Amino acid sequence: MTMNRETILNIILAVLLIAVPLIAQAMDEPFIITLATKVAIFGMAGVGLNIALGYGGLVSFGHAAFFGIGGYAAGILASHALNYEPIMSTPFEINGTTQMIVIWVVALIASAVIALLIGAITLRTSGVYFIMITLAFAQMIYYFAISWPAYGGEDGLSIYVRNSFPGLNTLDPLSFFGLCAVMLGIVLAFSAVLIRSRFGLALQGARQNGQRMMAVGIAPFRVRLVAFVISAMITAWAGALYADLNRFVSPSMMSWHMSGEIMVFVILGGVGRLFGPVAGAALYIMLEHLLGSTFEFWQLPLGILLLVVVLFARGGLIGLLAGERKHA
Amino acid sequence: MPEAILSLSKVTKQFGALLASDNVSLDLMPGEIHALIGPNGAGKSTLIKQIAGEIKPDSGEIRFAGRDIGELDAVERSRMGLARTFQVSSLMPEFSVLQNVVLAQQSVSGKIFRFFKPVLSDASLLEPAMAQLERVGLADRAQMRAADISHGERRQLEMAVALALKPRAFLLDEPMAGMGPEGSKNLTDFLGGLRAEAPILLVEHDMDAVFALADRISVLVYGRIIATGTVDEIRGNDDVKRAYLGEEA
Repeated sequence: MTMNRETILNIILAVLLIAVPLIAQAMDEPFIITLATKVAIFGMAGVGLNIALGYGGLVSFGHAAFFGIGGYAAGILASHALNYEPIMSTPFEINGTTQMIVIWVVALIASAVIALLIGAITLRTSGVYFIMITLAFAQMIYYFAISWPAYGGEDGLSIYVRNSFPGLNTLDPLSFFGLCAVMLGIVLAFSAVLIRSRFGLALQGARQNGQRMMAVGIAPFRVRLVAFVISAMITAWAGALYADLNRFVSPSMMSWHMSGEIMVFVILGGVGRLFGPVAGAALYIMLEHLLGSTFEFWQLPLGILLLVVVLFARGGLIGLLAGERKHA
Repeated sequence: MPEAILSLSKVTKQFGALLASDNVSLDLMPGEIHALIGPNGAGKSTLIKQIAGEIKPDSGEIRFAGRDIGELDAVERSRMGLARTFQVSSLMPEFSVLQNVVLAQQSVSGKIFRFFKPVLSDASLLEPAMAQLERVGLADRAQMRAADISHGERRQLEMAVALALKPRAFLLDEPMAGMGPEGSKNLTDFLGGLRAEAPILLVEHDMDAVFALADRISVLVYGRIIATGTVDEIRGNDDVKRAYLGEEA
């Protein structure tokens, strides 16, 4: 089987993402490793959004809520464990934990439940209304976090020691990067499989023509709702990792700026392209780092770039380098 | 007499001052092609939409396969075996021709929520889908994007998708629209053989096709059925000549 250009490009991107922190380690540049970890985590958040936005055509402007739910799952569980305070003591005792695996499971379940509720309401609308109502829900959750003093309110929550993963020193930057990269790999593989499955075909059909879907006897609503939930879970998983990267979680993870940023990763990299969010997150963070250190208004060139992409390169970075998308 | 597979009784639909369906009653019997003709704006497509469940009648009853389907939506009616084609082709433009049929095929299989197995290596979907494409003569276009095939081929693809649903009745809304003479003739031959599989309610402007195919014809004018009968009866009907055929001639 011959590989198409997009597959080759994806492999190059994956190799670069792994090579850069390894070289940084050799050159004793831990900050670069942190940047690469950020790319992996933001890429993962974008892979989540891409399932809704790219494959399902659901422009969610509220994915920061799920990113933040993942973050708070890490923060809340860790703070209870580190302070030796049970989360609840009656009728039975539930304790916090510093085990990432448990935190992830909690993050996935919590985000799934909330996405199911939000999706069940928002997916009855479409277009601009869907964008606005997802934003409204995210803002509700954002203000809830701000006004919840038990978990730091506006100031957020610190995680004094990064949570642990069996057999790994998560405090070592390169090890933590490796963990994040593996998780990114898992969600990328899942996303690639999902989109070729029966469900993936139905989801892409629902994006293209709802009338035709109903005529062949498939309710687009159910397909979109399941996609929305899966999408939210992946973004929440990334959020849990992000809290551990910063050892800090605050309501700003849930702000509409964050929703916009996740959307920018997807659009910059290429909507509906497997590695699009990773390419977009990498470009974004490079711009932020390179321009941000020399130029106070670094978001101005970013804005112009985004405008150029939307107007002239709909396939984003991946589309520019690998050509138009082949049908799935 | 056998029971009708589809029967409308006193279906009425009003849009503001416009009476789109005025007490429409009609039957589709097993094994028949029942053509619905009428001038533009007579309410033919509106009637199809009400049967398919896309819009709700104001009053009247629609029965399908022995059941009142008034409360069912378009998805449920399709799943009951009512397959419709659209007057203006309504397909998945970014999908390949084959994927368009596979989507219908997987709906029939009832298994949509499968997340891991690649759909395009699933022989239980691909083989029947290819068989439908062969029936309508589109097998050599299977890998092309639906947006890139010709208008006539899109009409054929609409038919293949409807066939894949293995329906108990077809609702065909102007299947010949925009087809060349040869395409129309091929489709006419094809539909003639299809009535044995499932009866067809056929909305069509191409009178050659209607007279060649129809077992019965109903004439719709201003939302009202003014006559129902065999081809010869309709040809000889003075009201129909005045209201419709006369105008065309």
